[in-house]
Amino acid sequence: MFSFLVRRFLQAGLVLLIVGFVAFSMFNFVGDPIDNMLGQEASQADIERLRSVLGLDQPFVVQYWKFLINALDGNFGISYRQGRPVAEIIAERAPATLELAAVSGLFAITGGIVLGIFTAIRREGFLANFIMTVSLIGVSLPTFLIGILLIYLFSVELDWLPSFGRGEVVDIGGWSTGFLTASGLKALILPSITLGLFQMTLIMRLVRSEMLEVLRQDYIRFARARGLSERAINFRHALKNTLVPVITVTGLQLGSIIAFAIITETVFQWPGVGLLFINAVQFVDIPVMAAYLILISVMFVAINLLVDVLYVAIDPRLRS
Amino acid sequence: MTNTTSSKPLSSWQQAWQSDLAWKFRHSPIAVVSLVITVLLVLSAVFAPLVAPYNPFDPGSLNLMNGFTAPLTPNAFTGDEFLLGTDDQGRDVFSTILYGMRISLFVGFAAVTLGLLIGVTLGLIAGYFGGWIDAVIMRIADVQLTFPSILVAMLIFGVAKGFTPVEYRDEVAIWVLVIAIGLSDWVQFARVVRGATLVEVNKEYVQAAKLIGRSAWSIIFGHILRNVLSPVLVIATISLALAIIAEATLSFLGAGAPPTQPSLGTLIRVGQGFLFSGEWWILLFPSVTLLSLALAVNLLGDWLRDALNPKLK
Repeated sequence: MFSFLVRRFLQAGLVLLIVGFVAFSMFNFVGDPIDNMLGQEASQADIERLRSVLGLDQPFVVQYWKFLINALDGNFGISYRQGRPVAEIIAERAPATLELAAVSGLFAITGGIVLGIFTAIRREGFLANFIMTVSLIGVSLPTFLIGILLIYLFSVELDWLPSFGRGEVVDIGGWSTGFLTASGLKALILPSITLGLFQMTLIMRLVRSEMLEVLRQDYIRFARARGLSERAINFRHALKNTLVPVITVTGLQLGSIIAFAIITETVFQWPGVGLLFINAVQFVDIPVMAAYLILISVMFVAINLLVDVLYVAIDPRLRS
Repeated sequence: MTNTTSSKPLSSWQQAWQSDLAWKFRHSPIAVVSLVITVLLVLSAVFAPLVAPYNPFDPGSLNLMNGFTAPLTPNAFTGDEFLLGTDDQGRDVFSTILYGMRISLFVGFAAVTLGLLIGVTLGLIAGYFGGWIDAVIMRIADVQLTFPSILVAMLIFGVAKGFTPVEYRDEVAIWVLVIAIGLSDWVQFARVVRGATLVEVNKEYVQAAKLIGRSAWSIIFGHILRNVLSPVLVIATISLALAIIAEATLSFLGAGAPPTQPSLGTLIRVGQGFLFSGEWWILLFPSVTLLSLALAVNLLGDWLRDALNPKLK
């Protein structure tokens, strides 16, 4: 158990080192940032000055070392496009993405588990079959089409909900939240559904198949023979044992929610980190891309690690 | 496709028709319908220049006066009629969809082929040789698997874009897409092939081949490869649906096919701009095409997975 955790920690560290190297290589080998920032009319003196301001005239190893130290410090350099520190831009955008991810994660987990249990218990029912069919379409439907469809229905046709932006936000100590105003909450609905729908169908299908698998086991048959009520069998005995794989997948999906927020944020012009990243990809703004890559890797690695620890905590068979 | 389950190589159509897989196929309406839709869409994309009433990329055939013509209603100025209407520049939506699907399908097939070649080769090598080679390959796979493939594809696209001089970016964008999506999905192939290879390596025929002194490469590619191919077929089909969606997503985000060579995703990106002004057809028809294509290929992959799964027999 202990050695397992140590191994996982080392592996996580290795992943981050590799990602750090990839991010740093992006800085060094992709395009010439000076060209990107100054354009063609810049004078040689301007170019030299900017090169030394950005530290691009120093040797590779020195730059890599500085990069690692700076990254640990939360300093990712200056955006080629906006000319401001990347850390500042990201800090300003992070609340939008985190709030969106939190709401869609909650939606995906509750919706997925409830529908999963329902479709497993009422396996032959009409409604359960209907949900399963719709979910298959949901999995094939690209996220951005779901977003556009929702905008068309609820913004264009019905005019109930806003089609873009966060609505009114309240600033609490540097954290801009949309939870406290009516328009902020309304603006959250469509993007959260768009972002969470895919994860919800995934969790639902997983809960369903795990539940069906568990319900076939001997101990369930035995519980039934003992005359336990259906409710006790389904929720106390079966559900518990489906949770191990569900937690793994759900945990991993939480990371994807933040990554997939890129698409949702583009559809809804949600001023979050994802939109920042996709704009950076379009304009080859390497510092922003690298910072995003590092941040998201730290998050993914942390989530993976947490899931592994939880896994052991939940399943007593793994503790020996 | 039909001769993968049978143990001996089939020589004629008749034998293929009588195989288990073909029997299952004939008795699954969903599979038949999906295959028909897929084949129809692929054929109309391949023969787009023959099927499409206009060439949307020939400026000579365009008439700006025809812009924003609704489907099946004559244009107010020119009197021209279009099956699915026209976009803002007077391009026939039906024709742009056919040409767009060509690009979507090309990127999809090419990316899956690339991912398959890399993944199967690395999977075979990892499974056959084991040891540190296996450890290195599978660690790389694990690291990449930590991240969603669309994110990996976006990063590769962004980096590749940085490498290309500005004036060539539009020209190579399609190939960059292929590489980005292909490199983002080799892991699935590698993992499955490695697992299957580990099983095959211990079988007698491999031991026998080793004993008579055949080289590792001829055992891997001459003997093991053909025995690990049926799961590869399933993954390739499902990957194709995913690759088509990934391409559309990247193009929709503006990090994919350029406006000069619009794929279905680019068309949807353009169409989204007209959502509020009432020109619904510019958005609706490319979206429906993309959805049918992705759904049909997905269902086909689903069916194939169940049909080839010995546990469900």
